[in-house]
Amino acid sequence: MVEILIMLAAGITGAAFLLALGRFVLGPSRFDRVVAFDVLTVIAITFIVLAALLENRGIYLDAALVYALLSFLGVIAIARYLEGRF
Amino acid sequence: MEAIMDIIGGLLMVGGACFLLFGGLGLIRMPDIYNRIQAGSKTTTLGTLLTLAGAACLQPAWGWKLLLIGIFLIFTNPVSAQVLASTAHRRGAHQSPLTEVDRLAEDREGKA
Amino acid sequence: MNTLLLVIALLLAAAMLGAAWVSIRVHRVATAMLAAGLVSLFASVMFLLLAAPDVAMTEAAIGSGLTTFLFFFVLGRVRGGRDD
Repeated sequence: MVEILIMLAAGITGAAFLLALGRFVLGPSRFDRVVAFDVLTVIAITFIVLAALLENRGIYLDAALVYALLSFLGVIAIARYLEGRF
Repeated sequence: MEAIMDIIGGLLMVGGACFLLFGGLGLIRMPDIYNRIQAGSKTTTLGTLLTLAGAACLQPAWGWKLLLIGIFLIFTNPVSAQVLASTAHRRGAHQSPLTEVDRLAEDREGKA
Repeated sequence: MNTLLLVIALLLAAAMLGAAWVSIRVHRVATAMLAAGLVSLFASVMFLLLAAPDVAMTEAAIGSGLTTFLFFFVLGRVRGGRDD
């Protein structure tokens, strides 16, 4: 039962991943691509948690922790560059 | 008891994944960059928090680490969305013709 | 390896190819750098799925975080903040 629910969650997350990747590939302006990058980072965190659950290894969560801290830094750097304030 | 927690965790994970899907859908369907930021920031924050809560129900031993990830996410995700929206507005990104009111531009006009 | 994890790994491999294609096809330097950061992000998750969490953590911190930050910093300094 639980395995079926986790598989369903992984499938829905994969669909969201494909949609966000489509926005990254299509994206007319640079800002669209930055938003898609941000969303893809958050979806990657979800994938990491799913992988940790499926493999039953808690050490995988450390990578998710690094992402939760660092995605923010990348977006701030990009925004400052686009504003021309470096 | 454990079986009930497992079912609750699985349902929470499916709900979080559904919110992520709504975020992706909004990213594709919304007309301009500000609406896309809105769709891509709020839904993914809630969806990931629900997924983390579901994982904490399935594996209670990881609770503290998952809580830490959730706290970082709550702090950083809205900040990046706000900075990005502010930059897009300052660089004059394209607005949808359906936009009715733009308070930030009115504020800047008033100050200038 | 779990079948579901294999499917996720294949999806990530296809996404890496797509991001790399965007990175070489696009004309702006900033977008190409963003796509390269995306390739690095997917590579990090891929390392994790291949059961190497320490490599994945290093890739996340250096490849996806620091390299992107450093590239935009230098790009902003070199061009004087102007965008081409």
